[in-house]
Amino acid sequence: MKRFIGFIKKEFYHIFRDKRTLFILFGMPIVQILLFGFAITNEINNVDIAILDKSKDATTKEITNKISSSKYFSLKQMIENETEIETIFKKGKVKAVLVFEKDFSKKLTKENNATVQIITDATDPNTANNITNFVSSILQKYQQEINKDLKIPYQIVPETRMVYNQELKSVFMFVPGVMTIILMLVSAMMTSISITKEKELGTMEILLVSPLKPFQVIIGKVIPYIFLSIINAVIIILLSIFIFKMPVEGSLFLLGAESILFIINALSLGILISTISETQQTAMMLSLMGLLLPVILLSGFIFPISSMPKILQVISNVIPATWYIIILKGIMLKGIGLAVIWKETLILFGMTIFFIVLSIKKYKIRLE
Amino acid sequence: MKTIGYIIQKEFKQIFRNKAMLPIIFVLPIIQLIILSSAATFEVKNIAFSYVDHDKTSFSRELIDKFEASTFFNVITEFPSERIANSAMLEGEVDVILEIPQYFERDLLKNKKTNLLVIINAIDGAAAGVENVYINQIVRNFNKNAQTNLMQASDKNNIPKNILSIPSFWYNKTLNYKTFMVPGILVILVTMITLFLSGMNIVREKEIGTLEQMNVTPIKKHQFIIGKLFPFWVLGMVLLTVGLIIARVLFNVPMVGSLALMYLYTSVYMLVILGIGLFISNFTDTQQQAMFIAWFFVVIFILMSGLFTPIESMPQWAQFLTEFNPVKYYVEVLRMVMLKGSSFIDILPQFIKTSIYAIVMNALAVWSYKKTN
Repeated sequence: MKRFIGFIKKEFYHIFRDKRTLFILFGMPIVQILLFGFAITNEINNVDIAILDKSKDATTKEITNKISSSKYFSLKQMIENETEIETIFKKGKVKAVLVFEKDFSKKLTKENNATVQIITDATDPNTANNITNFVSSILQKYQQEINKDLKIPYQIVPETRMVYNQELKSVFMFVPGVMTIILMLVSAMMTSISITKEKELGTMEILLVSPLKPFQVIIGKVIPYIFLSIINAVIIILLSIFIFKMPVEGSLFLLGAESILFIINALSLGILISTISETQQTAMMLSLMGLLLPVILLSGFIFPISSMPKILQVISNVIPATWYIIILKGIMLKGIGLAVIWKETLILFGMTIFFIVLSIKKYKIRLE
Repeated sequence: MKTIGYIIQKEFKQIFRNKAMLPIIFVLPIIQLIILSSAATFEVKNIAFSYVDHDKTSFSRELIDKFEASTFFNVITEFPSERIANSAMLEGEVDVILEIPQYFERDLLKNKKTNLLVIINAIDGAAAGVENVYINQIVRNFNKNAQTNLMQASDKNNIPKNILSIPSFWYNKTLNYKTFMVPGILVILVTMITLFLSGMNIVREKEIGTLEQMNVTPIKKHQFIIGKLFPFWVLGMVLLTVGLIIARVLFNVPMVGSLALMYLYTSVYMLVILGIGLFISNFTDTQQQAMFIAWFFVVIFILMSGLFTPIESMPQWAQFLTEFNPVKYYVEVLRMVMLKGSSFIDILPQFIKTSIYAIVMNALAVWSYKKTN
């Protein structure tokens, strides 16, 4: 036991003496969560649009006003004919062009029908779709206004209630995701180098001839990083509560416990990577190239898992981050307890055990 | 010239002899491009839908049938009470609850007006917004049918004015996310590989101690740097080529614009990334430090490139920061050229900015590389 404690001490010294890495370790997550918390949003705001008004009457002017005064759009320019649409799209100046047909007002009063064409640059399908929806809903509202005096019979009025996130803030969606990514990558990256570094520098030999058991070496390597990552997690959680006003509807204690579980999971994944790679370079490329994009794309951080093809939904299940994001959102936004998320917790726990056992098995006690 | 040739030869040998790295450099990105491109979709479908029907008339049944018929919704279950439905939402089993009140049909016939309650799980605000639009569309259509069926002669003079909106989606008629995402993910992969490798390259020699040996040779600074970076430049171009072939063959991404233009831009862009990598390499002592810094920038480059979330939606200061993000320009240019067929004149602003960036970064890198300690 004394030997083991000595080993852990050595690991702590290693970390604390490298001031630069320590600074990077704590500085970066803070910068990132602040940056991304504010900047990453898929809400539509101030999209540049152009309008082609072929009738230029009172009604189209009024609609134009309504659209350009909404917070979703900013009117970049008025254009005069259809050929211009192609040019401004190609330059990437605007994302959408609205075309009012000729004699808009006249048609609306006489035939009760008039059309607006919403042409969008659909190279970004999401924005294109959102623009179309928002313009339609502005038009709908305007239509209701002009029809106000009519008594339309047989109306079904849906009343919509947005629960857990009434104002549809995308912060609530992205902050848990950003937390997860930072914890996962920092933890996995840190440990993935710890064993390979000893291999590359030749000090592994010394560890191998020491009376320490393989599992002691591995556990000893992880413990200091658990400590560091917990500090990281606390900082991140505090930032998200106080800066981004994330609610914590559920128990703060449970949130902490689940975060520790997730950290240990990521650390043991890092250890696993370091046992199977020979150089630091391989270890880092594996943990960076191998983890970064899959964690961003498959965990439900940005893109909804339910919309993915079936096979990818299956793959997303083996990514620990997926489960942690569900847990985070559950505790913070829905206020649920262990009674509901026991399954997710158990899965994370199982994965952790799996990584640790596998690393101990893969840890070679002989030199090549 | 000859010296540079030897260094390049040495670097290539080092890359190809490292058997553990080869699959990471060549296979991992390709697999990721293939798999992840399908994951990146904001399309909202397979919505987990449930309902509570207090009315239980043929009329309310008809409305639910409309939802069942829609391709966006998976009608999961009928819940007997709102309480049970809510707890199912809490557990994450359903995302939308439609509650049809008692006397739904009677009210419509008698009072000519009736209500519906829609509850949406809004944690993913954007998806919730889209779900709301879909639901409203279905209800509105249902309502219109009901109106035409029930309208009486006395109601005829109350025909509402109607503004029709006709959407048309240019360059991507079917709103196919893959054509949008494949070029973007390709950009990210090429950037990551080249930045990580070039960032680690020189610092590795420092850490192992072989850099000193290089420093005492008569190799000139610029020869050394060109020799170090050229192999990664080639690597980036090869990856781009493989990626483009996959995009064309596997994902059927249209390539409207000129290939030459894409390669011209990429060749300048690669210089920016390699310059950044070299710069990082010069300012760090260990591979660990270099990697952390490279990682820091890559994550920022990716998430603030407009690839996944639109730049226009960011706050002003963040939009300003994206001006310094080379990946942003690359994503823009590749999408413009590939999907819209933009010409050189159209991408000129991006091209100029990228070129300036390349010159500045490489000047900094050469300046900060010192042969003496």
